Amino acid sequence: MSEFESKGQRFVALCMLGMVLFNYPILALFNVSGTLFGVPVLYAYIFIAWAALIALMALVAESRS
Amino acid sequence: MLHETAIVLTAFVYLGVLFAIAYYADERADAGRSVIASPYIYSLSLAVYATAWTFYGSVGRAASDGVGFLPIYIGPTLMIALWWVVLRKILRISKQNRITSLADFIASRYGKSALLGGLVTVIAVIGILPYISLQLKAVSNSFTILVQYPEIVMPAKVGALSIRQDTALWVALILAAFTIAFGTRHLDAAEHHQGMVAAIAFESLVKLLAFLAVGVFVTFGIYDGFGDLFGRAAAQPKLRAMLTPLEGVAGGYANWVWLTILSMMAIMFLPRQFQVAVIENVDEKHINKAIWLFPLYMLAINVFVLPIAFGGLLRFPDGSVDADTFVLTLPMAEKREFLALLVFIGGLSAATGMVIVETIALSTMVCNDLVMPVLLRLRRLRLNERRDLTGLLLGIRRGAIVLILLLGYLYFKLAGEAYALVSIGLISFAAVAQFAPAILGGIFWKGGTRAGALSGLSAGFAVWLYTLLLPALARSGWLPIGLLDQGPFGIELLKPLQLFGLSGLDQISHAMIWSMIANIGAYVIGSLSASPSADEHRQASLFVDVFKQTGEAGGARFWRGTASAPDLYSLLARFLGTATADSAFCEYSGAKGLDWPDARLIADAELVHYVEVQLAGAIGAASARVMVASVVKEEALTIDEVRDILDEASQVVVYSHKLEQKSRELEAATAELREANKRLTELDRLKDDFVSTVTHELRTPLTSIRAFTEILLDDPEVDTEQRKKFLGIITKEAERLTRLINQVLDLAKIESGKADWVESRVDMKEVISDTLAAMDQLFREKNIKIEARLPEKVSTVTVDLDRMIQVMLNLLSNAVKFCDSANGWIEVALSERDGGIRVDVRDNGRGISLEDHEAVFSKFHQVGDTLTDKPHGSGLGLHISRQIVEHFGGRMWVESTLGSGARFSFTLPTGAGA
Repeated sequence: MSEFESKGQRFVALCMLGMVLFNYPILALFNVSGTLFGVPVLYAYIFIAWAALIALMALVAESRS
Repeated sequence: MLHETAIVLTAFVYLGVLFAIAYYADERADAGRSVIASPYIYSLSLAVYATAWTFYGSVGRAASDGVGFLPIYIGPTLMIALWWVVLRKILRISKQNRITSLADFIASRYGKSALLGGLVTVIAVIGILPYISLQLKAVSNSFTILVQYPEIVMPAKVGALSIRQDTALWVALILAAFTIAFGTRHLDAAEHHQGMVAAIAFESLVKLLAFLAVGVFVTFGIYDGFGDLFGRAAAQPKLRAMLTPLEGVAGGYANWVWLTILSMMAIMFLPRQFQVAVIENVDEKHINKAIWLFPLYMLAINVFVLPIAFGGLLRFPDGSVDADTFVLTLPMAEKREFLALLVFIGGLSAATGMVIVETIALSTMVCNDLVMPVLLRLRRLRLNERRDLTGLLLGIRRGAIVLILLLGYLYFKLAGEAYALVSIGLISFAAVAQFAPAILGGIFWKGGTRAGALSGLSAGFAVWLYTLLLPALARSGWLPIGLLDQGPFGIELLKPLQLFGLSGLDQISHAMIWSMIANIGAYVIGSLSASPSADEHRQASLFVDVFKQTGEAGGARFWRGTASAPDLYSLLARFLGTATADSAFCEYSGAKGLDWPDARLIADAELVHYVEVQLAGAIGAASARVMVASVVKEEALTIDEVRDILDEASQVVVYSHKLEQKSRELEAATAELREANKRLTELDRLKDDFVSTVTHELRTPLTSIRAFTEILLDDPEVDTEQRKKFLGIITKEAERLTRLINQVLDLAKIESGKADWVESRVDMKEVISDTLAAMDQLFREKNIKIEARLPEKVSTVTVDLDRMIQVMLNLLSNAVKFCDSANGWIEVALSERDGGIRVDVRDNGRGISLEDHEAVFSKFHQVGDTLTDKPHGSGLGLHISRQIVEHFGGRMWVESTLGSGARFSFTLPTGAGA
C-alpha cells in the first residue's frame, strides 16, 4: 500500500471518528446539566473533542509514512 | 467620542492597507518571488470562510440556540479530514485542465458543456446573493450602530434614511470599486490573484484578533473568567433554562446533523472556497498544513462565541439589543470606544474578505461560463475577428462585479430585514450544496453524464427556490404570506415549509432533505438513462482517473484533425495578449527543444491541446473549446473511438501486469518441462539400453539351444552319449532363458511398483540357515567350504520372506560362481547394531575393481569381458536384490579389491518395515 493510500485511509477513519463524536447519541450523553471548569459540560466536551480531532489530523497530516 | 468621519476614515485607511498589501504581493509575484507560496498564507486565506456571519452572526445564533452555531464549523472540520482524498483530486484535475472556476469544473467534467456551465453560474449567483446581502447588512448595521455611540440604538429604530445615509448601498458600491481594483487589474492565464490572496490572509488575521480581543474583554474584563460568567448566567432563571442542559442540540439532533452535512458541502463548494482552496492554490503540498491549521483557526474564532452571547444576554436583559450585534454593543456599553472601533474593523475585514473573493469568483464564472459562450456564438458580433479581446473580458468581469453587488443589495432590501444573519447565510449554503452530487459524483463515478448533471442541478435548484427563497420573499412581504400558511392555491401538501406534509424540522433541514432527494435522484436517473457522448466519455475518464494520467498531454490523445500553428498563435494572442501568447509558445517550443518563433511548430494534437488549455485558463473550458474549434478543422471522434483509446490506455496497464505474470509462469513451466524432458530422454535411453541388452541376453541361450537342436536334427548318427550331453546343454540353456525372462518380468513389476509384497516379521537367522541348507548340495558339488557366523538371537525384521530368500540365494550363488575354483570358501555373517541387522556374504574369488563397485548393481552388468567370458548369469540378480533391500528401507553395497575376494553386505532396519 502506498504512502498516499494509507494516509488517505487514516483521514477517512478520522472523519468517521468525528462523525461519531459530534452526533447523536454521543452528544446526548454530554448534554446534561452541570459544568466542567465552570463551563457547561456540552460546550466543554465539544471543544475538547474538537481540539483532539484537530490534533489527530495534524499528526496524520505531518506524518511521513 | 467616535465621530462619523473618524469611523469612515478608519475604514478607508484599513481598505488602503489591504490594497497596499495586495499591490506589494502582485509586484513580488511579477518579480517571481511569490509571497503566497506558503502553507500558512494558504491556510489563512482559507479562513475567508469566516465572514460577518461568523463575526457577528454566531453570537446571535448562540444567544437563541446555545451550541447551535457550531455545526457550521464542525462540519468543515470533518470535511477537511477528507481533503486528502477529495481536495487533492480536485486540485490535480483543476491544474491539469486549467480550471478557472466551480462552473468551469462542472462544465469541463461533463463534456465541456456550455449549457451546464451557464446553469451552474446562474445557481451560484442567485444562491450567493443572500450571502452577499448578509455581509452588506452586517457592515451597514455595525456602522449605523457605531455612529450612534455612546447611545445604543438598533438600526431598525434609527428611522427612514435618505439615499445619502443608505449605508448598505454605499458599502456595496465601495466594495464593488475595491474588488474591481483588486481582482481585475489584468488578465492572468491561470486566474491567479496573488495580491488578493495575500490581502485575504491579512484580513483573516485581523478578524481573528479583533474577535479574540472582544472575547477576552467580555470574559475576563467584564466578568471574572468563564466560571464567573456562566455562573452568573445560571443565577438568572431565564438564562438557566438555556444553560442546563445547553439548548441547540436539544432543539433537534436531526437539525444538528443536517447543518453539519450542509457545511461540509459549503466548505468545498462555495465559489469563494473553491477559488482560494483550488484555483489560487500554488502548491498541492500546502494541503498538509492547511488540514489542521484551518480547523484550528475555526476552533479559535469560536471559543468566545458562547461567553459573548451570555455576556450580552446578561448585559441587555430586556431584549432591546439584537443579539447579532452583541460583539459590537458590549464594548460600546462598556464605553470602550477603541475596542468598538477594532470590532468594526474586524467585522469589515470579515465582510470584505468574503465579498471580494466571492464576487471575483462569481464574475469569472459569469464572464467565462455565461456571457462569453453566448457572445462567441453570436456570429453577428464577429468576435472571432477581433484582434484583442482582453479588454472585453476585463470589461465583462467588472460589469459582473458591480451587478452582483447591486443584486446583493437588492436582496438585502427585499428580504434581508426579516432574517437573522445566520439564517440568511444558511440559505446560500443550501444553494451551493446543490453542486455536491455533480462534483463528487463527477470525480469518483465515470457513469455520471451531462444529462444527469443538468437534471440533478435543475431539480435541486428548483426545490431550493421553492422551499427557501420563496418563503424568504414571502416573509418580507413581497409575496402573499398565505402561500406559506395555506400552500399555493390552498393545496396544503405543497406548503413550501412543510412540503408533502413533512414537518417537525427547521426550514434548512427540510429544504436540504427535499432538494437532495430531487438532486441526487435526478442526477443518478439522468446519468443512467442517457448514454454519454464521446466528449463526456473522454472528460469523465480524464477526471476520475486523474492520478493515472501523466502530464497535461493526457487530453491530446483524443484529438484528430488539421490546424496551423500561426492560427493557434493568433487565437491565443487575441484573448491573452501577444506577450502572454509569446511566452506560452516559447515555453511549448522550449519543451520540444525548438526555438520559437524561428522554428516551424507542427500543429499536432499536442499543440492544439496546449493552446486549448491555455485559453481555458482565461475564458473557461467550454468557451476555449468553441474558440479552438473555430480555427482548426477537427474530425470528430466517435464514441467508439474514444472508448477504444480509453480502454487501450487503461487496459495496457492491466495487460502489462498480466503479461509479466504470464511470462514468469511460462519461465517456470519451461524450466519444469526442460527438467522433465531431460528425465524422459534419460529414461528413453535406459529403455533402449534395456531392450537391446535383454535381446542380447535372450539371444545367447537361444543361439546355443538352436545350434545343438540343429546338430541333433541334421545328424541322426550322434551317439547316445553325445546326444545326452547336447540335450543336457539345451535343457540348461532353456532353464537359463526361463530364469532370465522371469527376472525381467520380476524387475518390471518391482520398478513399476506393481510387485506384490507379502510382509511379515521375519527372523533373518532362519532365512540364512534355510538358504544355506537348500544350497548345501551345490556347495558340496563345487567343493566350497561354508562358514556361517550367526548370533544366538537377532531381532526380527518386517520383510517379504520369499523375497529375502531370493536375495540370499542370489548373493550366495554369485559367491559360488566367483569364488576360488580350487579352494572355494564363503563366509556368511549376521550381526545386529544401531537399530538394524547386517548380513555379509564374503568369498575368496578374484574380487571386483573399485570402478565396478556400483556397476555390478546395474542392470545386465556382467563382470569381466562379455565377449570372451561365458556369461555367468543374467546380470539382473544383484540389481533386483538391491531393489528389494531398498524397498524395505535397507542398503546394499560391496567391498572388494581386485584379487582378494569380495564382500557383499546389506542392512535392514529392525523397526517397522517400509
